[in-house]
Formats: sequence, C-alpha cells, structure tokens
Amino acid sequence: MIEYFQRLGARSFGMFERLGRGTVFFINIVLSIPSVLIRPRLLVAQLYSVGVLSFSLIVIAGLFVGMVLALQGFYTLSDFGAEGMLGVMVAASLVRELGPVVAALLFAGRAGSALTAEIGLMKATEQLSGMEMMAVDPVARVITPRFLAGLISMPLLATIFSAIGILGGYFIGVGLLGIDEGGYWSQMQAKIDFSQDIINGLIKSIVFGWVVTWIAVFEGYDAIPTSEGVSRATTRTVVHSAFAVLLLDFILTALMFGDI
Amino acid sequence: MHMSRSIEILVGFFVAMGFVAMFFLSMEVSNLSGVSADEGYEVKASFENIGSLKVRAPVSIAGVKIGRVTAINFDAQSFEAIVTMQIESKYDQLPSDSSASILTAGLLGEQYVGLEAGGEDEPLAQGSELEMTQSALVLEQIIGQFLFSSDAEE
Repeated sequence: MIEYFQRLGARSFGMFERLGRGTVFFINIVLSIPSVLIRPRLLVAQLYSVGVLSFSLIVIAGLFVGMVLALQGFYTLSDFGAEGMLGVMVAASLVRELGPVVAALLFAGRAGSALTAEIGLMKATEQLSGMEMMAVDPVARVITPRFLAGLISMPLLATIFSAIGILGGYFIGVGLLGIDEGGYWSQMQAKIDFSQDIINGLIKSIVFGWVVTWIAVFEGYDAIPTSEGVSRATTRTVVHSAFAVLLLDFILTALMFGDI
Repeated sequence: MHMSRSIEILVGFFVAMGFVAMFFLSMEVSNLSGVSADEGYEVKASFENIGSLKVRAPVSIAGVKIGRVTAINFDAQSFEAIVTMQIESKYDQLPSDSSASILTAGLLGEQYVGLEAGGEDEPLAQGSELEMTQSALVLEQIIGQFLFSSDAEE
C-alpha cells in the first residue's frame, strides 16, 4: 500500500521537476532572442520548415472544416427558417474557436512533432554537445530560431485557416445550398465584432503557438538520446500539446467570452 | 550559410498570405469596415421600455441603416431609458420632429431603433432629442392583454 503512495509521490516530483526545467529552458530561449534577431536568416530557414510546409495542410483542412460547418449549420438553421444566419455561424465558430484550436492541433501534429524529432535526433547524434564544444550556444543557434518561427507561424496559419474556412462555407452556402449572397456577408459583418472576435481569436492563436512550440522544442531538447527516447518524446509532444491547447482554450474562452 | 532564393520567396509568400487573410477577416468578415472615420452626430431619445435593445444595435430609417446605438442609460428622475444614437453625418437632413420606435427584425430577431421622418424644416443636429418615441413591444405583455381581453368578451 505504502508503495503506491511512494510511486505517486515520485511521479509528482518528476512532473514538477520537468515543469521547472521547462521553465528554465524557456527563460534561456527568451534570453537568447536578441542573438537570433541579429541573424534573421536562421529564422527565415525555420519559418520555411515550420510555417510554409504546414501551409497546404492548413489550407485544405480549413476549406473542408468551413464546408462541413456550412452543411451542418444549414441543416439545423433551416429548421428555424434562419438560413440567413449561416454566415454568422460559420464565421463566429471559425474565428473564435475552430480556427485557432484546429490549426493548433494540426500544427502540433505537423510541425511540433517534426521539431521534436529533429532536435531529439540532433541530441542523439551529439550534434548539440558538438556545438557546445565549439563554444556555440545550441539554444541560441538551434532552439530559439525554431521557437520564434513557431510563435510567428501559428497566428498566420490560424488566420489563414479561418479565412479559407469562411470562403469554404461561402462556396457551400451560397453556391450549393442557394443562400442569398448579400445576406451571407452582411449578417456576418453585422454580428462579428473586430475587437471582440477577431482580436481575441488572434490572441488565442498566439498563446497556442507559444505553448505548442515550447512543448515541442523542450521535449526534443529533453529527450533521452536513443531512438526509443526520441520516438517517445515525439509522441509526448503531440499528446501534451493537444491537452495544453484544449485546456488553455477553455480558460481563454471563459476569460474572453464568459461574460456575454 | 547557404540558402536558396526560393525558400526566402516562399517564406515571404507565406507571411503575405497571413496578412492578406487578416485583412480579409477585418474588412470582409468583421464590422471594422462599417466603422467609418467620420463620427457623425449624436441624438438622444427616451423610451418607457426598451425591451432587449443592446448597445451597437442598428438605427434605421425607411429600412436603411443610418447609425448605431452608442449608449443606453437609465434616467433616475423620469424613470425612463435614455438611448443615445450616433447617426452618420451624411444623413443631416432628418426633420427634428422625427419619431423613434423600437422594432424587432422578424419575429425572433434582434431589436433596432426605427426612425420615422416628421415634417419640420429644421434638421436634427448634435445633441437633439427625439420627442416622440414608441416603446418596444414586449411579447409577454401583448399575450397577457390578449388573454385578458378574450376573457372579458365571454
């Protein structure tokens, strides 16, 4: 019996220890941001592998999510004779929730796992310690450009996701289901508030970008340097990112929209 | 450090796409384009009951949207609701004896302020007050009156 408690205690300690190491690691990243800003080419290369390579996935996913929202929304709204509100429904759910959340989940699967695997393999093949031997700070050289690239890419990807989704909803709603085109846009413009909806969605996507990239680079840097360790770290990145995104989404939604 | 030009171009394209999407969301999807730079002028009207009128609700005349409700306050002296409306400055020829009523868009739609033009020559200006107002129709009261009157007939 007492053994279980001991195991529980050990696990809790392990959790807090990892959290602490993650925080120290994050502070190191922040401290080395200036050294990356003098060499923006490092950042551009990472923006390519983190952002541009996720672009097609985000566009296709956004298009289909928007189209499905329009189809399902039409089914429910037409019961109340409120098909004109379809544009509002599609835009509000995309801009407030689905854009940031689904883009972040896809981003964790596409870019986050790749970051962890790359950094973990660098560690396993002792490239990171090699850099240290040459007096090159691996955090400033390898980690921070990737972190910043994730932080910049995520809001852009979430915005593109929402915009493409609204266009997808437009194709289905106006093109296929025959809703009035003017109503689709004008109802949307009347109901979607810039500071309330668009800016809050943007804040969400920035927070998600921060947490997903932080988890991804930390898991990679902290991975056990074996092939099994790297594979475990990659799995943990995706699972923990998904949990963190959904949990933070609830907290942010409660803070932003709780009083309406 | 070796980096091909195409990577830089693609990154530039990606960032530009992000900004285009942001521009699209702010201009086409949200109400940012509706908030015009010119402030217009403010008029007030007091209502006995505003129903569920909300700040930012549209103000329209003959079905055309000409402004927005900017503030709703309660006057503790007259026990009436003071609704402040902002009307776009291009509509500066509205007669000063126009009347305001609170209407509902559709049966279950949101409430808005409908103006009806009067006959006075003098136009509405900053700070004018609309004298003739009609309160919101509260559905429960109408149903109550209907039940009451049908009871009385029997």
